Amino acid sequence: MAEGRMPERARLERPRGDRGDRERNQALAALTLDPEKIRGKHAALCFATMAVMLGLPLWWKTTETYRAALPYSQIGHLDSMLLRLRVPVSVVFIQGSLPIVDQQKLPFTVVNERDVPLKCKMKLKCRFQLAYRMAGSHEEKAFKKDTIEEAEAALPLPKEDTLGSLNIFVIPEKSSLLPKDKMSYIGPKRTAFVRGTQVRQALTVMGQRILQVAQSMSLTDEVLAAALGDRLPEDKVSLDKRRPLKSSLGYEITFSLLNPDPKSHEVHWDIEGAVENYVQPFLSLLSVVGNFSMDSQILYYAMLGVTPRFDAASSSYTLAAYSLPHVINPVEARLGSRATSLYPVINFLLYVPERAHSPLYIQDKDGARVATNAFHSPRWGGIMVYNVDPSAYNTTKYPVKVDVDMVPVMEVFLSQMRLLFGIPPPQMPENFLLGDPPREGLRSWEVDRLVWARTVENVATVVTTLTSLAELLDKIGNIVIKDNVASEVYRAVDAIQEAVVELSAGNLELAFRYSREAVTSSEKAFFDPSLLHLLYFPDDQKFAIYIPLFLPMAVPIFLSMIKIIVENQKARKDIEKVD
Amino acid sequence: VAMAAPLVLHLLLALLLGSGGRSGAEPERDSLREELVLTPLPSGDVSATFQFRTRWDSELQLEGGTNHHFLRYAVLPREVVCTENLTPWKKLLPCSSKAGLSVLLKAERLFHTSYHSQAVHIRPVCRDAHCVSVSWELRQTLTVVFDAFTTGQGKKDWSLFRMFSRTITEACPLASQSHIYVDISRNSQENETLEVSPPPTSTYQAVVLGDRRTYAVYDLLNPATFSGSRSLNLQLRWKQFQDIGSQLVPFLHAQRYVSGYGLQKGELSTVLHNTHPYRAFPVLLLETVPWYLRLYVHTLAITTKGKENKPSYIHYQPAQDRLRPHLLEMLIQLPANSVTKVSIQFERALLKWTEYTPDPNHGFYVSPSVLSALVPNLVGAKPANWEESPLFSTMFPVSDSSSYFVRLYTEPLLVNLPTPDFSMPYNVICLTCTVVAVCYGSFYNLLTRTFHLEEPKRSRLVRWLANIIRRIRGVPPV
Repeated sequence: MAEGRMPERARLERPRGDRGDRERNQALAALTLDPEKIRGKHAALCFATMAVMLGLPLWWKTTETYRAALPYSQIGHLDSMLLRLRVPVSVVFIQGSLPIVDQQKLPFTVVNERDVPLKCKMKLKCRFQLAYRMAGSHEEKAFKKDTIEEAEAALPLPKEDTLGSLNIFVIPEKSSLLPKDKMSYIGPKRTAFVRGTQVRQALTVMGQRILQVAQSMSLTDEVLAAALGDRLPEDKVSLDKRRPLKSSLGYEITFSLLNPDPKSHEVHWDIEGAVENYVQPFLSLLSVVGNFSMDSQILYYAMLGVTPRFDAASSSYTLAAYSLPHVINPVEARLGSRATSLYPVINFLLYVPERAHSPLYIQDKDGARVATNAFHSPRWGGIMVYNVDPSAYNTTKYPVKVDVDMVPVMEVFLSQMRLLFGIPPPQMPENFLLGDPPREGLRSWEVDRLVWARTVENVATVVTTLTSLAELLDKIGNIVIKDNVASEVYRAVDAIQEAVVELSAGNLELAFRYSREAVTSSEKAFFDPSLLHLLYFPDDQKFAIYIPLFLPMAVPIFLSMIKIIVENQKARKDIEKVD
Repeated sequence: VAMAAPLVLHLLLALLLGSGGRSGAEPERDSLREELVLTPLPSGDVSATFQFRTRWDSELQLEGGTNHHFLRYAVLPREVVCTENLTPWKKLLPCSSKAGLSVLLKAERLFHTSYHSQAVHIRPVCRDAHCVSVSWELRQTLTVVFDAFTTGQGKKDWSLFRMFSRTITEACPLASQSHIYVDISRNSQENETLEVSPPPTSTYQAVVLGDRRTYAVYDLLNPATFSGSRSLNLQLRWKQFQDIGSQLVPFLHAQRYVSGYGLQKGELSTVLHNTHPYRAFPVLLLETVPWYLRLYVHTLAITTKGKENKPSYIHYQPAQDRLRPHLLEMLIQLPANSVTKVSIQFERALLKWTEYTPDPNHGFYVSPSVLSALVPNLVGAKPANWEESPLFSTMFPVSDSSSYFVRLYTEPLLVNLPTPDFSMPYNVICLTCTVVAVCYGSFYNLLTRTFHLEEPKRSRLVRWLANIIRRIRGVPPV
């Protein structure tokens, strides 16, 4: 075939050296007329289009990391959402607590909203919804009692005594229920009493008082600081703000009795009875927050990591405050329950010092003895030193039998537990009277405050987790998102939105439940091991695989494309020149 | 004596309770007993067995007895022995490693031994004869065999300090009993072959593994043991060697091996030896074989002295791929003074490529088979009081006067499975790329290039030469 065509080509090529019309025609002919060349060009173009249209998408599709669709826009909105915490407060006026003029205006509702400045884009508003009304006959009857505790007990059960709600009763100004110098009384339940007034604009004045009481019973600055931590501007968080335990589905509490000197001491503690009497009731109130499991152990030859200093003046041994951080680590190696639990472990250690080092006292920073002889480490637990009565050593029989008096020990452990969970003893203004806590040791509104803090903390955590997941996905292309991870993300987003809705509706319990669900789902999604499957697949390995495949295919296509372009341009130039 | 050290880790009950958490009206100490048994072996090696038994009365009760559906048996056929096994084990001891016999547990000495076996047993124990209430028993044992002969410059003498580089200064104050036993049975009445110092305060006779043994006893709770010096450094000196030929062979011992060639089929064989001179006894053999060895049960053959030995009981549960191993349990009668071979053929399965271990050519471990038997004694023995007899004698409990219970584990096996070429994906890529490069390149050229003949351009010299040749040939010139 080639031979047959030869004369024609020869004829076409020969006149190239010449100039003029003939040349132009022939150049045109060379481009357009040679069917073989045109076919070659078409073939090359076909290859190129096939490679681009079919090959590239196919390669892209088959090597793509799988990413299920995620609600990116919703996650983006979470970052800058408005979180409104609504505290429903019912305010009940007893006959005679208000001027008659103001009484006639009742019932009505006042809303007070307060902005909490945050460092991040999220907005936080505390909204107290005060529903004013006059007291009913039952309630009036209760206030005929002599003491405030009796009055409180005689009150009919409020219609909505739910988590987070408050009932405030305004009593007449001259009422003898409150001591003269006290303005308000905060009870162990979700109830408070405020002294009324007869001045003009009484409702406005009362509004301020009621708000102060309501705030100190629910969303104080401490509660918000515990919940939001770093997100608050620095000046709001003081250094001594204790870091409470992180919100978790459950906690494991371990009581350990450390007896480093079994030769001298035979220590017995009735931990089971103590847990039943003191710890269990306390934790049953906290059961809204999480599940608790408890265990106990006795460890022998478990030493503190620090040798106490001998104080000749009092012939006792002291542990200085600066050495306390070194106490925990050597002991912790022996505790050994951390490996078996999924939940955070809280340790309570009762240390009976060896005979050579007793009595042992803990000193605070100023060198004074700590009255409780105990200290705690945030998010870890507490240690108490229990000194053996020195008169017990007046014997020849060793080991000395030591029966631990569990009451002071449990007092210390429970107050440490309060600190660890972020329920510090409430600090009230001077003119507030604080009711005694019930037998269980926790006031209802203290639990509410903890639940408020936990809910806000959960919401903030979920927002951080989800936005950082979205950010990570944006930055690192190799992260796989499987369908189950995506469904967890969806669940978390849904739950968090529900939680926000419930918070603004004032349903604390539901909101807390949703927020916990959101935390579980978001953590599950964020820490799913399948995310990392392809994370460490480096680019150079990819190229090592692709280059041998693509180079022999791509190079001829590229070269012929370049050739075609160059020829086209040349031909155009030729034509222009001829023109 | 097996010198290899397979650490059989039994996960009988993953129930680890601390030693605390008691209740009840009268506070009573958890009872702890500790014990060290030293047995000089005829080869010059010394075997040391530590036993620690903690027993506590706990309210943890079994509700409605034991449900055997929840019984699980798991074996890790091999684990590299290291201090990470010892540290948590030591933490379970009430005295940790601060006092008592546990002072001797120094990791760098224990792991330089010829044999190392470490165990944790936890089980409920009846508190009284009627078994109304249950106590829990945590028994920790550690057996090591020291090669005293080579480390002692050819001398077979040893002392506690030479073995453990520590001596004992006190008993664990929590222990109700703390004893050291030294096997001195080789001292017959006529000739004293070995000498122990300091001299023991008492001796103890027991029937262990069917034979009568004599032990020198040191009671660490007795202050007289430490009289003279503040620490106890037990020493043993051989006066004259016994010939090794008179060594006592256990009545029941077993071996296991894999045979066959190639990577398709193979055979698992277990050889059971009964060296008892005149008594036959039955043995319960339990084999768990991983699913990737596909057993052919019809090839199961049990032969004794060349004749077929029919097992009186067989229980077989076939494997399920990736779910369950084969379970084969048989009750086999072992005639006196005989060797019985149990063999079964298998086929090796091909695993999915992600199921292979990082070093697949090393092979896969197959768990040891377990032998349980009541082995008859040579001498009569009284069933000992569980609580009063030393701990070591309850390791092989005497059921009645004529036999003792023993459970043996054979060695784990290493079986090679057919392994694919793991560089295969890369090879495939290379091959494909070559093929693609060659085929695609020529195909592409063929389709896109145009071919034409080019007129040969010849130089003048060539034309001149060609014309000369043509002229010679008589052809007209170009």
